[in-house]
Amino acid sequence: MNNGAGIAFQILQSVFVVLAAPLLVGWVNQCRAWLQNRSAPSILLPYYTLAKLFHKDAVIARDASPLFRVTPYVLFGCMWLAAGIVPVLATGLPFAPAADIIALVGVFALARMFSALAAMDIGTSFGGLGARREMLIGFLAEPAMLMTLFTAAFISGSTQLTTIVDTLAHRDFAIYPSLAFAAVAFLMVLLAENARIPIDNPTTHLELTMVHEAMILEYSARHLALIEWAVAIKLFAYMTIGIALFAPWGIASAGDWSALPYAFAVLAGKLALAGAGLALIETLLAKLRLFLAPEFLSSAFLLAVLGMLTHFLVQA
Amino acid sequence: MPLLAQFVNLLAAFLLLLAFAMLSQRRVLTLIKLLAWQGAALALSTAIVAWSTGQTHLYWSALLTVLLKVILIPWVLHRLIDRLFVRWDVETLINIPTTMLIGIGLVIFAFALATPITQMATTLTRSTLGIALASVLLSFLMMIVRRKAVPQVIGFLAMENGLFFAATSATYGMPLVVELGVALDVLVGTFIFGIFFFHIREQFDSLDIRHMETLKED
Repeated sequence: MNNGAGIAFQILQSVFVVLAAPLLVGWVNQCRAWLQNRSAPSILLPYYTLAKLFHKDAVIARDASPLFRVTPYVLFGCMWLAAGIVPVLATGLPFAPAADIIALVGVFALARMFSALAAMDIGTSFGGLGARREMLIGFLAEPAMLMTLFTAAFISGSTQLTTIVDTLAHRDFAIYPSLAFAAVAFLMVLLAENARIPIDNPTTHLELTMVHEAMILEYSARHLALIEWAVAIKLFAYMTIGIALFAPWGIASAGDWSALPYAFAVLAGKLALAGAGLALIETLLAKLRLFLAPEFLSSAFLLAVLGMLTHFLVQA
Repeated sequence: MPLLAQFVNLLAAFLLLLAFAMLSQRRVLTLIKLLAWQGAALALSTAIVAWSTGQTHLYWSALLTVLLKVILIPWVLHRLIDRLFVRWDVETLINIPTTMLIGIGLVIFAFALATPITQMATTLTRSTLGIALASVLLSFLMMIVRRKAVPQVIGFLAMENGLFFAATSATYGMPLVVELGVALDVLVGTFIFGIFFFHIREQFDSLDIRHMETLKED
């Protein structure tokens, strides 16, 4: 692999993810509106919202510490880093060896820790409440996420995401019961981690139920814009991790310019399907009570463990 | 590994998943649906084993499974819970996340137990023996942790499903006469259980089997 081409691919992918992430959120919102028989907002609405927020003056609470100001940038940075590591368009990127799947989960955990600290920093009751709930969900979701990733790692014999994708994409066709378990578990973790419906409702501001919204209630203007953007990138990153693990066909390898248009088209198709699927799940399910969240996430953990055990038993 | 064996493995994994879903389910009505699904997966896997090994009597047992476990028994159970008015939530002795953790322990135990047997077997689907054993144990667990009579019977039927699957995966099925006998026993058992439900409720005004632990003087 040519080094310069690899770096060009890396830059292309990182910029692409950051620019395309709000579009994915717009698409999910549009699908959801259609399914709920409402007239859908423009698919570009998240971009307009971001532009609007960047033009406003920020209001910051009197007692806010520097941590509160820094957090949006940390969040955005973490998510951007994650987007650079996940093989979205191509495998074998020069940035990929920087972190394996365990470190990737660590990057997400770092972002979560900062947002929880910033929420408690102001000292409002909503912030503390949201932070506590977020940590509860996070500490239950993380083991399930790791187990899911380990199942894929066992099959391919490596914890490097790019190696896993290479192995899974270029194998003979085979049915992997363990991956089917892992895929269901991953879907449940994705819903929980991205504050989606059975766990949290991204559109509500009802104090009894909100988790993520309660944490960012004090943010405004450019800080809020950065957080919203980071949330969009997080959703994008999670979906592409899911695609990379469970449906990796059509991905290019770094430096192969000719495979790039095809990889783009395949990725767009998969993401459109995944976004529509997410909207469908959010329309069909009702939000769980907060105290049922441990049950939901322990089911995810259980499925992931079962996947791993099944892998050892049937060797597939 | 041939594709058909892989497919049987997938169905085995599905059976295990259903066993866990039953363990975590709170509603009687959904439990019955899951039981029917388990029967369907069982019938499909039996048919695949029959096709890949050319054992014609397995077709008969697959057909019998569909008739009995997918259609007849769920229908009988539906009628029963309609007439007993027990559609509501199931009570458990232990809370559900703990039950599922115990379930994982059981699965590990069953897999460890099955591995040496698997290495001696020569059948195409030998690796699914551990899963069959695990679903038997999980149904056992379900019978232990449920308080009401109807879920316990569903656990019993699920256990029979697991045993049947173990038979097909380890030895390509028992002789047809034995299978017919077992199927008939299960059917008759379901009917007798149904009659018992009414008796239990008449005697104790509830289907909670805790009441049966206290002795009656008369």
